[in-house]
Amino acid sequence: MSIPDTTLASAKALVAPVLDDTSRAQIRAERMSAFVRYTLLITVGFLMLYPLLWLVGASFKTNSEIFGSIGFIPQEPTLDGYRKGWETSTPYTFGRFFWNTFLIILPKTIFTAISCALVAYGFARFEFPYKKLLFASLIATLLLPNVVTRIPQYILFRDLGWLDTYLPLWVPSAFAGDAFFVFMLVQFLRAIPRDMEEAARVDGANSLQTLIYIVVPMLMPALISVALFQFMWTMNDFLGPLIYLSSVQSFPVSLALKLSIDTTEAFDWNRILAMSVLALLPALIVFFMAQRYFIEGISTGGVKG
Amino acid sequence: MARLQIRNLEKTYTNTFKAVHGINLDVADGEFMVLVGPSGCAKSTTLRMIAGLESISGGEVVIGDRVVNRLQPGERGIAMVFQNYALYPHMKVRKNLSFGLRLQRAPKAEIERKTAEVARILEIEPLLDRLPKELSGGQAQRVALGRALIKQPEVFLFDEPLSNLDAKLRASMRVRITDLHKRLKDQGMSSTVIYVTHDQTEAMTMGDRICVMKDGHIMQVADPKTLYDRPANAFVAGFIGSPEMNLIAGRLDGNSFHLGAQSLVLPDELMARLRANSGSVTLGIRPQHLRVNTADGLRAVVAGAEFMGHEVVLHLDVEGERVVAVLPAADYADLDRGTTVTLTPDPGQAHVFDQSGGNISLSTSQ
Ligand SMILES: Nc1ncnc2c1ncn2[C@@H]1O[C@H](COP(=O)(O)OP(=O)(O)OP(=O)(O)O)[C@@H](O)[C@H]1O
Ligand SMILES: [Mg+2]
Repeated sequence: MSIPDTTLASAKALVAPVLDDTSRAQIRAERMSAFVRYTLLITVGFLMLYPLLWLVGASFKTNSEIFGSIGFIPQEPTLDGYRKGWETSTPYTFGRFFWNTFLIILPKTIFTAISCALVAYGFARFEFPYKKLLFASLIATLLLPNVVTRIPQYILFRDLGWLDTYLPLWVPSAFAGDAFFVFMLVQFLRAIPRDMEEAARVDGANSLQTLIYIVVPMLMPALISVALFQFMWTMNDFLGPLIYLSSVQSFPVSLALKLSIDTTEAFDWNRILAMSVLALLPALIVFFMAQRYFIEGISTGGVKG
Repeated sequence: MARLQIRNLEKTYTNTFKAVHGINLDVADGEFMVLVGPSGCAKSTTLRMIAGLESISGGEVVIGDRVVNRLQPGERGIAMVFQNYALYPHMKVRKNLSFGLRLQRAPKAEIERKTAEVARILEIEPLLDRLPKELSGGQAQRVALGRALIKQPEVFLFDEPLSNLDAKLRASMRVRITDLHKRLKDQGMSSTVIYVTHDQTEAMTMGDRICVMKDGHIMQVADPKTLYDRPANAFVAGFIGSPEMNLIAGRLDGNSFHLGAQSLVLPDELMARLRANSGSVTLGIRPQHLRVNTADGLRAVVAGAEFMGHEVVLHLDVEGERVVAVLPAADYADLDRGTTVTLTPDPGQAHVFDQSGGNISLSTSQ
């Protein structure tokens, strides 16, 4: 329902004198149905958000209260969970793990955006031998279950001597290893008319200059989504670090959270929950920051004509 | 010096469709050449091959004295204006204009001077700090024009630049472009233009010469007057002029033209031009060159009349064929539907085409 209230009100004022009983009943029925709709939406929304609210609430509870009460509002709010959780049971603070995550995410996101844009540009705009075959195999890798390649990949990286480094985690992405992103960008590029690129070529730009000065700016909304997805997936990736990283000092956040469960006998749930809340924050912040550019990008990227 | 020559130019698309069939065209330095033809006749394909945006399957394109077949678009000394403006959507007008210069790393002062000059000529100074999406169609097209102008190319290429504008704006842009062309020419700057359009008004009013194309072939290249007065074939005759020339199929026998049960005695002047005097032919007469209600001639039945203010377009039926005549409104007395009138061509204005469409009534002396 997107009719502004004022319009509705003035419309009502106009028809008021001639309102008979049936139309009054109609308005009442409409209000009723709106009430039911919103109640339902709010209830379902609350149910969906409940685990998250509980998580945030529980992170401020004492360990005993977590299991003692059902409500999510802490009785005696305490920062204990955060203080102790941050220190961890290892020689490192949680700050270290955040930094590690950052060291993986940064190159991975940047190189994904660059490499996928290059490859997608190639597929979308150039003719070359075996293009169809190559594109088909790219799509085929999308359908390949991840598990299948785990072991060969592990052996490859072990032979390269890359175990317990971050290289296995981001180098594949730097060579457009994420077929999904390439596919997404190719689709996006196909929808952009070529006129601008042709104009740039007439203006004397070579293929790379056309890519950098013309295509990338128009592709920005899509590139931001790519970066956003890559950021979130990497932040949440548990299996990759688990397989390739063995020393605690290089653990990212996802592994470190698990670590606090492993090492203590009686789990301090409030510490784990507190750190989980912190682990959620970067993704949330980045998402809300990028959202603005995302929307802006779409509106300026729109092509007139 | 920027003469443009096209020699035996061919284009076969990857799907084996042959769009251009070995065309030859010679455009003089400073000439305004219009490529015109119905949709799908390969005007754009030809232009894009000249620009280097489409590969050349055969023949050569020569600009100045260089064969440019293997050169990149940026090295050919051309500038192009696209139908959809093709402005860079993320750059302000100022940056749109100077993009090419900035790529060449031209000095800052020079870029600023040229941008300002082009903006002044095209009256887009107030728009310099706007984004393309903040421009109207006409303004966007002026910016696109400016982007071509600032390069000072040897050859300007236009692909239907005005077809997205409304009729009024189109008329004023037409004048603006021709003025600009004259001005460049007067200043001794390179100003060779190839202008693609499917609008014959644009073609007739703008072109020094017009190249009429059909299905990847050139039908005729001539100045507007010649094209109108002496069309080389029935296609050009029908394509140029509005309303279309009447093309009436019939039989020629001696000095009379037979159509169904009727015959028309052709004027001596026409007979003198004619290269044949028997066989199946098509008689071509422009609506403006038909005389109505003469002493004798073809009998026609009035099927309708459109009053246009200064003239009347009369639709007539001659032996089942639709014929159109245009009369000055002053000469027009009400003719009801169903009235029978007689028609004769103006002397000196009729054409006869043979079965392959060639004009066999062009005297060589003219
Ligand atoms: N990429 C392509 N692959 C195959 N055939 C093509 C391609 N581009 C154009 N054609 C064909 O070539 C012919 C000429 O096309 P072109 O675009 O040059 O026509 P045009 O004269 O510019 O028409 P319009 O006035 O509609 O712009 C058309 O029959 C068209 O279908
Ligand atoms: Mg075209």
